Amino acid sequence: MREKHIGLGIFTFLVFVFLLGPLVIISFTSFEQGTVLRFPPESFSLDWYKNIFEVSGFLETFKVSIYLSLAGNLLALLIGIPAAYALNRFDFKGKALLEGIFVSPIIIPGIVLGFTFLRFFITYYQLPIYAGLFIGHTVIMLPFIIRVVSSSLANFDFSIEEAAVSLGASRIGTFFKVVLPNIKSGIIAGVLIAFLESFNNVDISVFMTGPGVSTLPIEMLTYVQNYFDPTIAALSVVLMIITALFMFFVERLLGLSYFTKR
Amino acid sequence: MSLFTLQDVTVAYQKQAILQDFNLSIGEGELVSLLGPSGCGKTTTLRLIAGFLQSKQGKFLFREKDYTKVPVNKRNFGFVFQNYALFPHMTVFDNVAFGLRQRKVSKASIKDRVLRVLDIASLKGFEERFPAALSGGQKQRVAIARALVIEPDLLLFDEPLSNLDANLRVNMRVEIRRIQQELGITTVYVSHDQEECFSISDKVAIMNKGIIEQLSDPATIYRQPKTKFVADFIGFKNFIQFDSRRQETDGIAATVQGITLTVQQQDNDTGLVGAIRPDDLRLYPLDAAPMTVENAVQGKVLISTYLGRSYQYEVKTSIGQFTVNDDAAAAPLANGQEVVLEIPKKQIVLVD
Repeated sequence: MREKHIGLGIFTFLVFVFLLGPLVIISFTSFEQGTVLRFPPESFSLDWYKNIFEVSGFLETFKVSIYLSLAGNLLALLIGIPAAYALNRFDFKGKALLEGIFVSPIIIPGIVLGFTFLRFFITYYQLPIYAGLFIGHTVIMLPFIIRVVSSSLANFDFSIEEAAVSLGASRIGTFFKVVLPNIKSGIIAGVLIAFLESFNNVDISVFMTGPGVSTLPIEMLTYVQNYFDPTIAALSVVLMIITALFMFFVERLLGLSYFTKR
Repeated sequence: MSLFTLQDVTVAYQKQAILQDFNLSIGEGELVSLLGPSGCGKTTTLRLIAGFLQSKQGKFLFREKDYTKVPVNKRNFGFVFQNYALFPHMTVFDNVAFGLRQRKVSKASIKDRVLRVLDIASLKGFEERFPAALSGGQKQRVAIARALVIEPDLLLFDEPLSNLDANLRVNMRVEIRRIQQELGITTVYVSHDQEECFSISDKVAIMNKGIIEQLSDPATIYRQPKTKFVADFIGFKNFIQFDSRRQETDGIAATVQGITLTVQQQDNDTGLVGAIRPDDLRLYPLDAAPMTVENAVQGKVLISTYLGRSYQYEVKTSIGQFTVNDDAAAAPLANGQEVVLEIPKKQIVLVD
């Protein structure tokens, strides 16, 4: 017989209200017909959803955000997979330090990171805006790729690598035929998580974007500064749905418990 | 003619030498076990032969060719791992076919050879299973099949049975021996299990601290250990440090503290340590000892322990303390009882 804790029940309920309440409110207000954000909405319409596509910046910056996430992801994978492999496979001097450096972008406040990037990439090296964004986003995606691929490799038995080599495979062939297929799900999960991290990023992007180049979250911020109509609410709902779909696929692929380990 | 030779090989790990000037030769078609306690260098030796490790010094000759620098994937040796090391994302068929695919064997021929070797390993019908759906014994048979299918020049086993339960271990070692003899593949087998090594090997190398203490056929090692370490390792629990020895007509007369024991042994010229198993010693009550007792030593029972099949006694004598296993059927001896200890001259051996 399971005991019932009334206190715990209320607490859990409050947590859900706290977490989901704003999302519920945003969702409702997005259907408002008037030009002001209002809760509860007084009338119903989908006009503001239509407006998303009529405001010129959104679609364009949406594309920028997508391309940025994809390109950054690709580079983060090219660096992150070998790095995760080396960190798990070998013992070497300075391993802990290297691990720390790779994971540091998660720990360092985004605003500090963003400012540093601005200072170096834009002010000092005078990189083009796209290049700066690309590097910045790669750096913040890298720790996620390394963390998730690492936890995949932690369960990987490296003696099967030796088995492959003893059967005549080259070292590189072994990596592609034996290691990669076994950490495939970790890589996919890492890519999805990193994609979300980049796609939703504000603190780095806000420093790195410039005249004529913006990402979707930054465009949304700018929009809110000028208008207070429910377009942003409508766009938020769309983004929430995209994010939820993403998480659904991650969950189906690996289970969320995958990221709470380690 | 030996198939391969390790010549004055030195392997060090973080400046600590694991093997120092190590030598080993193995003949074609033989199954040789490397046996020893953990840390004795047996696995290092095996990994060196496989090519996973590089030696600092020395040579590895295979069929007279220098293999020292040949990489693992060019050696054509089969390696069977302790934890099976099957490819979890491949079926049994693909696991076994892996080596052949690396060798660009034709599809039809791969199918042929894989099915044949699965048959040898009693794995018919398991082709489409994934390793996760196999029992421990089946996994190990897949691992063996995978190593065999490439028709290796040498087969290497690294404690292949230590993850299996006791019954399966016995079955599997019989299987391994059968397959090895059927195919006549030269094999090096590493284990820390004495019975396992003795039961399947043509020769056993007993290793200690990076050197081979003795390399002989199992029966010789069992009866005639060469060194104290080997004797101790294979169950000679009792040791007598003699002061001197001389050749007599009926054997070697070895003396300690004025007591002379006769040792009937041919092949040791210098050893001064006598060794004998607890099972080979006999005990008689002092007043009931027959006249024919060989190498009689008087003593006193210190502790008697009931082991089920037999009694174990700790007996104190003037030349040291002995552990004796005596038949449970005989009337048990009491603690403190005066006894005569018989050290049969055929069973006691002198070791270095």
